[in-house]
Amino acid sequence: MLDLVGKRYWWFAISLLVIIPGLIFLVMPGGGLRAGIDFSGGTLWEFVIPNRSEAIATSDIAAIYQRAEIEPNVQVSPPNDQQQVVVAVRTKEVPTEDPKRQEIANAVAQAFPGTTLSRFETVGSTVSRESTQQAFLAVLVASLAILGYLTFAFRKAPHPVRYGVCAILAMLHDVILVLGVAAILGYFIGLEVDALFLTALLTVISFSVHDTIVVFDRVRENLAQRRTGQKFEEIVNASIVQTLTRSINTQLTTLLTLLALLLFGGFTIRNFVLILTIGLLSGTYSSIFNAAQLLVVWENGWANDWRRVFGRERAAA
Amino acid sequence: MRRRELYLLALIALITGLSLWIDFTPTIRAGSDPNGEQTPPNAGQAPWPSAGVFWRDAHTRLGLDLRGGTQVLLRSRAADITAEDLAAARQVIENRVNGLGVSEATVQTSGADRIIVELPDVDQPEQALATIRSTGKLEFIDPLNPQSGQREYLEQGRLVRTSGSPTPSLGATDTLTNTQNITDVAQLQQAMTGPVFNVVADGAELKSGSVQPGIDQSGQPIVSFEFEGDSATQLQQFTAQNVGQYLSIVLDNRVISSATIRDVLPGSGQISSATVQERDSLYNVLRYGSLPVGFDVETSRTVSATLGEDSIRASEIAGIVGLIAVALLMIFYYRLPGFLSVLALLIYTAISFALYRLIPITLTLAGIAGFILSIGLAVDGNVLIFARLKEELRRGRSIASATEEGFIHAWPSIRDSNIATMITTLILYWFGSNFGVSIIRGFALTLGLGVMVSLFTSVVITRTFLRLVVESGAFRNYWWYAVENPTQPSVSRAAEAI
Repeated sequence: MLDLVGKRYWWFAISLLVIIPGLIFLVMPGGGLRAGIDFSGGTLWEFVIPNRSEAIATSDIAAIYQRAEIEPNVQVSPPNDQQQVVVAVRTKEVPTEDPKRQEIANAVAQAFPGTTLSRFETVGSTVSRESTQQAFLAVLVASLAILGYLTFAFRKAPHPVRYGVCAILAMLHDVILVLGVAAILGYFIGLEVDALFLTALLTVISFSVHDTIVVFDRVRENLAQRRTGQKFEEIVNASIVQTLTRSINTQLTTLLTLLALLLFGGFTIRNFVLILTIGLLSGTYSSIFNAAQLLVVWENGWANDWRRVFGRERAAA
Repeated sequence: MRRRELYLLALIALITGLSLWIDFTPTIRAGSDPNGEQTPPNAGQAPWPSAGVFWRDAHTRLGLDLRGGTQVLLRSRAADITAEDLAAARQVIENRVNGLGVSEATVQTSGADRIIVELPDVDQPEQALATIRSTGKLEFIDPLNPQSGQREYLEQGRLVRTSGSPTPSLGATDTLTNTQNITDVAQLQQAMTGPVFNVVADGAELKSGSVQPGIDQSGQPIVSFEFEGDSATQLQQFTAQNVGQYLSIVLDNRVISSATIRDVLPGSGQISSATVQERDSLYNVLRYGSLPVGFDVETSRTVSATLGEDSIRASEIAGIVGLIAVALLMIFYYRLPGFLSVLALLIYTAISFALYRLIPITLTLAGIAGFILSIGLAVDGNVLIFARLKEELRRGRSIASATEEGFIHAWPSIRDSNIATMITTLILYWFGSNFGVSIIRGFALTLGLGVMVSLFTSVVITRTFLRLVVESGAFRNYWWYAVENPTQPSVSRAAEAI
């Protein structure tokens, strides 16, 4: 049988390798997450400029804002298949009633005929601060609730708490990976973390746990039919292998729908779908290669397990 | 067992038929008559559930990000606003929003001190904002028409000119949107040339705290009130001369209520209503004609309708392509069971959209993403079952027994994983409600509903189909189940064969 559990430290090493670059971008100076207006406050303007075959210089748009004494952060998309250019501008908070809103919209429309202000969102600083707190709270509460439920669902297996903790660890793997990717994309293409991003992150959490539970469930079933002398890691390995087809098929179907969303789903949710795709891939990886393997490490004792695996390898060599 | 399956099949057919009927029933919007004229929103809406499914206003509601419009998050300036005041403020704002003539506008409280206003199709938000935040003007007027010399019964909702404010407006005189407001503009034009009614008492002189809801001796719901200053004197004089005549209450030039004067009102009095609801809304108007506290606009989001149209088209294509891709994969990999699960998936889609229309759930971009993802979940239930079915077949079980075993063994993982997803969904919903960003709530709603519906379709429906097909005996060949005929089934090696 395919031996996945025996190579567990390889899988952990791969996880670390993937996570570390993101972590560096998260903590390095000039890095970190770029908070969108939902979390930092401010105003988002989006213009659609029709009949353009080439992009627009960001400085042209910026100049209009500077004339109104607002410092803008301008992003311009290349023209889409309908020859439209989308211009997204981040500024400090501009109230809806502020006459500058109409002035700027008119000025842009004058410079580029046919332009419409397709989106105007302004978020106050109080609400954005509260949202950030609530976001952390939501992730925390969700983790605790899942931990509680898993401990309950696996109450008949030995050490039920371990299942919850390992599922949460695998989930944290995915959360950190997604945050890291967001930091990297933030650094290079200016990806902003907004309410949609948070939705994607919470979806990743729920799918990751969903996948892990399927594997754990098989472990529980196989443990109940344990033959004498059968080692725990053998049982875990068999469980992972038995659920492998299902994990891959489910991942494939979800990936297909996500791919459809990515290709045809429109400009607004592109980043959302991208983050989801990365997160779900990570979720499948962590449920196969991390979650159940951690159960084995825990069963063997952390230090003991390390010595066993690497002691054996040295002996073999 | 055979009989039970047939009953289930009939039930499934019924549910599917009903769902399809709701999905494809022509859009019946509240308040639109056959000539396509708009009446005020909520006018023709049948109550749920007494009138039954068939009277329900069943059309798919689209969120602001899909149809365009403005969402405003208002926050009370007073930090310690009571729940009662917040609810009253919500009522006042809702009355004003309805006055704007925007159809399907919603006003909801959020958290302890916020109100969310959603105005579909409004893409020039300044005028709407001005109306929402205005301070209301409450007047008691004498319905004597100086042009005809007659006292009129002024029906509720009518726009009138009063001596206190002779030039009514709709927040601003311009139309808010091109189509929604035609009735109001016509009314406005009519009112501008109409009679000016005399103000008897001014709401600003209502004694604070004197407005109280109650019930009189005969058991009718009433609101009592007391004026002070000039208004008290004028009210006494007017009622003394006009017992048996009408007295009308007007808020921002719109008639709220017209009552018959039964007795002289010595500055104070009471108005009786037919129902408690009517009484309560009158009470809110008298007490909070103006907002109980000031509100600041904390967040406002405006999306144009064209952007929304593009998103709908894109999501539709994505949904269809996604469904086809999943269907092909399932049929290719699992053959007959895969085909049956695709049928179940189509039923799943039909039921989901029928529920969106019935509950109703407002579809946002994130909500559609939630739905498309829940397709993945719905399929996952089947993948779990079929993977187990193949496994049991390889162990040498008969098709019928492998089918049953597949469902029995796959059930705990389906149950546990779906409960965990439900937990996250509930937390998302709760979080979204506090957050004031409706997209998260929309996503949680469609995903959570998807989990529940998919449990039904991926377990009950697929099992019924599969049992009937297996029992019919038409598909005995293992090829249909994507398994080679097991020549020498070996239990010990079965698990390794995957």
